[in-house]
Amino acid sequence: MSLLDDLAVEAGDDDVVAGVPARLVAAPASTSEAAELVAAARGLSVVIRGGGTKLQQGPPPRELDLIIDTGRLTGVVEHAAGDLITVVRAGTPMAELHRLPGQQLALDAPPGATAGGTVAANGSGPRRLRYGTARDLLIGITVVRPDGRVTRAGGKVVKNVAGYDLGKLYTGSLGTLGLITECVFRLHPVPVAALFVRAVAPPSAAGSVLAAQFAPSALEINAEPGAELEIAVLLEGTPTGVQDRARALATLLDGEVTGEPPPWWDTPPWPSGGLALKLTATLSRVSALVDAALEAGLTIRGSAGAGVLYAGGPAPDHPVAATVETLRGTAAAAGGHAVVLAVPDGMRDGIDMWGPVPGIELMRRVKEQFDPDHRFAPGRFVGGI
Amino acid sequence: MSVIDALAARLRSELGSDQVITDRQRLRTYECDGLTHYRVVPALVVLPHSSAEAALTVRACAEARVPFVARGSGTGLSGGALPHADGVLIVTSQLRSIVSLDPADERATVQPGVINLQVSEAVRDFGYYYAPDPSSQQICSIGGNVAENSGGAHCLKYGFTTNHVTGIEMVTPDGDLVRLGGAAPDTPGYDLLGAFVGSEGTLGIATEVTVRLTRLPETVRTLLAAFHSTDQAGAATSAIIAAGVIPAAIEMMDALSIEAAESAVHCGYPAGAGAVLVVELDGPLAEVQAQFDEVTRLCAEHGSFETRVAADDTERALIWRGRKSAFAAVGRISPDYIVQDGVIPRTALPEVLRRINEVAASHGVRVANVFHAGDGNLHPLVLFDDTVPGESGRAETVSGAILDLCIEFGGSITGEHGVGVDKARYMPRMFTDDDLETMQLLRCAFDPLSLANPGKVFPTPRLCGERPGRRQGAHPLQEAGVAEVF
Repeated sequence: MSLLDDLAVEAGDDDVVAGVPARLVAAPASTSEAAELVAAARGLSVVIRGGGTKLQQGPPPRELDLIIDTGRLTGVVEHAAGDLITVVRAGTPMAELHRLPGQQLALDAPPGATAGGTVAANGSGPRRLRYGTARDLLIGITVVRPDGRVTRAGGKVVKNVAGYDLGKLYTGSLGTLGLITECVFRLHPVPVAALFVRAVAPPSAAGSVLAAQFAPSALEINAEPGAELEIAVLLEGTPTGVQDRARALATLLDGEVTGEPPPWWDTPPWPSGGLALKLTATLSRVSALVDAALEAGLTIRGSAGAGVLYAGGPAPDHPVAATVETLRGTAAAAGGHAVVLAVPDGMRDGIDMWGPVPGIELMRRVKEQFDPDHRFAPGRFVGGI
Repeated sequence: MSVIDALAARLRSELGSDQVITDRQRLRTYECDGLTHYRVVPALVVLPHSSAEAALTVRACAEARVPFVARGSGTGLSGGALPHADGVLIVTSQLRSIVSLDPADERATVQPGVINLQVSEAVRDFGYYYAPDPSSQQICSIGGNVAENSGGAHCLKYGFTTNHVTGIEMVTPDGDLVRLGGAAPDTPGYDLLGAFVGSEGTLGIATEVTVRLTRLPETVRTLLAAFHSTDQAGAATSAIIAAGVIPAAIEMMDALSIEAAESAVHCGYPAGAGAVLVVELDGPLAEVQAQFDEVTRLCAEHGSFETRVAADDTERALIWRGRKSAFAAVGRISPDYIVQDGVIPRTALPEVLRRINEVAASHGVRVANVFHAGDGNLHPLVLFDDTVPGESGRAETVSGAILDLCIEFGGSITGEHGVGVDKARYMPRMFTDDDLETMQLLRCAFDPLSLANPGKVFPTPRLCGERPGRRQGAHPLQEAGVAEVF
């Protein structure tokens, strides 16, 4: 009996990835067990599942035999507070890492998201403006390769240039290169004070905030068709420092200082089953994205400080391909990209969810090296990888 | 006609003869980088004037199966730009244009031969700068910074080159020009840019680099604190971090390096100090003031007997001059020295320093310690006199033992200088065979013929042949959407 027979159970009704039902589900409890499982699963197509928060996004897998669930790969292995780092198993909920004693993994994630899933999907939120994203905060990683071998890259120190930075390659690779079982993150101190400044303002106001000396930790905008455009800024630091800056910023924007973020902060602008896109642009062209999304009848919100926004809405009564094409054109002209995260049921035909990607030929060669049999999340990634 | 002669002839006709160097005397100019004890005269040197010329040079190398090595300003300290005796050295010094400055987008795009400091100078009037600041920033090139993922004193707060490069144009080892990343963040697909930065020229050559510009801080405050011992200074460093303060930089020097700096640049550090800390805070005024008070208090609490605050830019420059001159200054107190570069968890600092001193004493070798204390990046300077028989060997032994200590304490064999040719043999001490083999998978994807800077980073070459195992899954044409299977 292989470990596959021991661990794998028949898939249930909920074991579905972007509409494709799995045959089996297995949840290994350690890196070595995961390695044994992956080795035993040779010949099966595999999708990795963390908290499942992004499992219904993106193109469906071409085939799906086995879901490997990281639900038993949990727990903080080490929190070296003096060194501002933590070692965690991949299935550890991000919520746990947001409230380590006195410190935090400063990477926003939706409820239920796991550390490994957030890295694999390159999830981020408003605070990316100050703290960066998974690629900036991940300093070490353990991965079970599709051939079952356990490999590590990086380490436990922030400053480290020994060998290739494979952590960055795995970040955002959506489970197509292997199974992440452990992550090492850089941590930040929890700021003593934090305040929000909210205002009704045009997207160009973001530019004046960035050009001044407010040192914002997040700079978000929200635009809904027919409503006034809102801007919200998170300021962090010492109590006096934050108050001074918040007051000055509220004056600049003619806004108000609050202790709480607006209700739309770090929430997706689409309902379940709706149309969902991620749009990027250079900072000076964020307003072009906003205009295009509103024109298409979509709500758009996200980081005007980083140039990463999300647009979406309920399922429209017309085909979405034209909308996607328009937004993709706007994003490209703005130096960015438009990625379709979710399409309403029945509207997927003819939609290239990832869109054109520079360097795709090199990416295919990377996939070929890591997963020559194309078993890991086949078809879920860019260019059909 | 030899392969190299044929290649030289081809490149002369395609680029022009003044860009192709074959004269032995002129080739010798390029025989080493900043790590001067490794010397190899390249077979050929090529100086492209454009991305297209860089690409056709690499293509010519690929077609002739001749290895190539890229070189920027040649300031590297791990022999990463050490030439290949039978290969081409591609020097990027003529690729020195600033392509665009877009402060409103917080971006600048430059050619790889542009000097690090020139980027900051070009955007200072807009209120921005380029944050990574290796101590060689007046002469090192952006392309070299990308290859080495260069750090600097201020990366404690601001991160390394990899955190500040958003896009590149590169020549693949096949000779194709490819763009990775872009001006906007989160380009879809694998983060090949992230893997490329720090790959030490083994995945190709960057021909254009888009960097993130950082807003100049509202205020900067620099503090020099003198301690009786490195233990005290290390404890103060830990206390500052534990208090939730992340300074722009925390640098430490021990007594021997202070002595060297003093004799070289007369920086006027407090007499009798067993260690000094240079702490720099930057950001909004009120934040910096609050943190500054905290840092001053913590230094005093941990035994600092004298602190100085830079009142203006001139005084700040004086404080930094001692630190920045330390490497060269050691030449004043020792005829020869090895600059080591290792990383340890910050909290292990006092113990590792004690162990370094023990190792040094047992071999009768002096070690001066200069380091980025905030992130545990040690730069021990191992002193020796090459004219004394046996001394260089003992210095090598101590230098290697320091790397072993870094690994023992869970750190790294290099924090910013890179692996290059110098530390390839230490890689198996830090990584397993499987770890190294996995890195080679990436290399094989980019460079199946192993022509890009061979012999660097990895201790043993790997052939990128067909991997065993039957093929399964979609045909590439099907994946590409070119063909469908019915």
